[in-house]
Amino acid sequence: MNRIDRRFAALKSAGRTGLIPFVTAGDPSPEHAVALMHALVESGADVIELGVPFSDPMADGPVIQHASERAIAKGVGLGDVLGWVAEFRRRDADTPVVLMGYLNPIEIHGYERFATEAVQAGVDGVLLVDCPLEESEVLAPLRAAGLAQILLAAPTTAPDRLSKLCAAAEGFLYYVSFAGITGAARLSTTDIAARVADVRAHAKAPVAVGFGVRDAESAKAIAGFADAVVIGSALVERLAGAVSSEDVAGRVAAFLQPVRKALDAR
Amino acid sequence: MPEIRDFHAFPDAQGRFGQFGGSYVAETLMAPLAELTEAYLRLRQDPAFIAELDRDLTHYVGRPSPVYFAERLTRHVGGARILLKREDLNHTGAHKINNTVGQALVARHMGKTRIIAETGAGQHGVASATVAARLGLQCVVYMGATDIERQKINVYRMKLLGAEVVPVTSGSKTLKDALNEAMRDWVTNVADTFYIIGTVAGPHPYPLMVRDFNAIVGREARTQLLEQYGRLPDVLTACVGGGSNAIGLFHAFLNDREVRIVGAEAAGEGIATGHHAASLAAGRPGVLHGNRTYVLCDDDGQITETHSVSAGLDYPGVGPEHAFLKDAGRADYVGVTDDEALEAFHLLARTEGILAALESSHAVAQAVKLAREYPKDGIVLCNLSGRGDKDVHTIAAREGVQV
Repeated sequence: MNRIDRRFAALKSAGRTGLIPFVTAGDPSPEHAVALMHALVESGADVIELGVPFSDPMADGPVIQHASERAIAKGVGLGDVLGWVAEFRRRDADTPVVLMGYLNPIEIHGYERFATEAVQAGVDGVLLVDCPLEESEVLAPLRAAGLAQILLAAPTTAPDRLSKLCAAAEGFLYYVSFAGITGAARLSTTDIAARVADVRAHAKAPVAVGFGVRDAESAKAIAGFADAVVIGSALVERLAGAVSSEDVAGRVAAFLQPVRKALDAR
Repeated sequence: MPEIRDFHAFPDAQGRFGQFGGSYVAETLMAPLAELTEAYLRLRQDPAFIAELDRDLTHYVGRPSPVYFAERLTRHVGGARILLKREDLNHTGAHKINNTVGQALVARHMGKTRIIAETGAGQHGVASATVAARLGLQCVVYMGATDIERQKINVYRMKLLGAEVVPVTSGSKTLKDALNEAMRDWVTNVADTFYIIGTVAGPHPYPLMVRDFNAIVGREARTQLLEQYGRLPDVLTACVGGGSNAIGLFHAFLNDREVRIVGAEAAGEGIATGHHAASLAAGRPGVLHGNRTYVLCDDDGQITETHSVSAGLDYPGVGPEHAFLKDAGRADYVGVTDDEALEAFHLLARTEGILAALESSHAVAQAVKLAREYPKDGIVLCNLSGRGDKDVHTIAAREGVQV
């Protein structure tokens, strides 16, 4: 059993909702990248989603676009991200790490080479925003190496496709709570609840809900019907401009701990 | 790659041209793309739709465009005859209208009320604003802030046509970023919005659909050549940014193996300087804007900033069908520098009285080079994809002239 499955099994038996923070690797600064990951865990993260910066993040809103631009300007590439995961693993052998990003950096790195290096570094899964199930043949070397292929489902996903996604999902299924880009703020909880219930009924894998989760209150609302909550843009926004490891950890704690508490208080 | 028998058999049902093309998009776009694919594949077979499109192309766009023998240019060069397919004479002054007229009709058939588009040089934005005005649809055009600065006339034309022009300030502030932003708008507003992509890039079915709407250029030219010259040309040339005018000219000739095909990419300040936009000549296979194709990127996979004097060629990717034609050995893609394009612009102006767009001037420069390779009775057919009025200020500024 891999780290992601172990973690969700543990959450389930404890009756807890998972918390999956997203941060862009190398933002607010490459020097604090590993400290940031540990800070996320200390503030209650169950899984870490680490964004691999890309120059053309088509599905992301301004907050994550700018985080990517800042990281790229500081020279952050896929190799750095893998290095940080390896360093993180020296002190944390249990928290699953999922790399989230776009296909081109991996395509250029080489799928075989990436698969080997990612497993060595301690990466558990990948979520490639611009690689839908239909195009995922290219990811065969990643799956063969044991990396979970995290898939997305959306409100616009047709029923027949949804059953394909549910059957193919590994690790967890990431349900995008509305049709839009990351960081936008529209959320009708009742609407999402009904759809997520449907997805959970079909998917073997746990269902994480994201896109538009901004704070403890919205996270708590989603926790009622999801296995885990993903929280990204609002956190990335909070971290921008942090100047030291302590500053990073302080901001993470101030933002994430109330979310953790809200999820656990349910 | 195995030998290709029929180039007209591509793309396949997944939108693939060999290893290129496909649909590399976020999950939220899969359903709208499926809806569009279904609608378009039905309409392209529908005689009523085809008749409607033909009427618009004849009476609104002004087709067919002539094939013009550039006699003084030919004499000046001293090689094969240079023929120009005059897409610059279309309504709005470029080939782009062929595609927007078609996509706007598709939008109307799908019941969409809002049109969005991305634009580099502004030609596609103008062509989109034009058809939106004609059909009474709301129109929003995304344009890089850098391009807005260098294409002020076209920005104003779009506004006169009732479109809203939204400056894009992310990334390199050019065409690729405008495309990202339009994609984000589409993801957010799919219910009522139709995204008119201006080139043969993007996810399936765009490379197919945009090619189909531009393929009228080559179909007409092929017939015109046979009628007027009794033969096919020796060689075709066209400029390639995203590649829509080029595939438009090339497509009808792809199975005529005796016709050589050469695409002219923007070599900017020279490919060796790194300041260029020659994705096929100097790039590598990658994934950008929803399709696998040749891209310009660094070893981390980050898309690199491109340079060309012409905003319309300033794009780090290229249509997947061109990538396929390159790898299949059916077409060659070569670089033409800024300086060569400007020289060709002046040469055509003085020998033929035609101000070509800076994009098209790259094709003219390549046509001149090719004409020298063939005997005097040879034929070089060059797509003059757009007129140069929009570029007059850029050229004046570059040459230190106050207008």
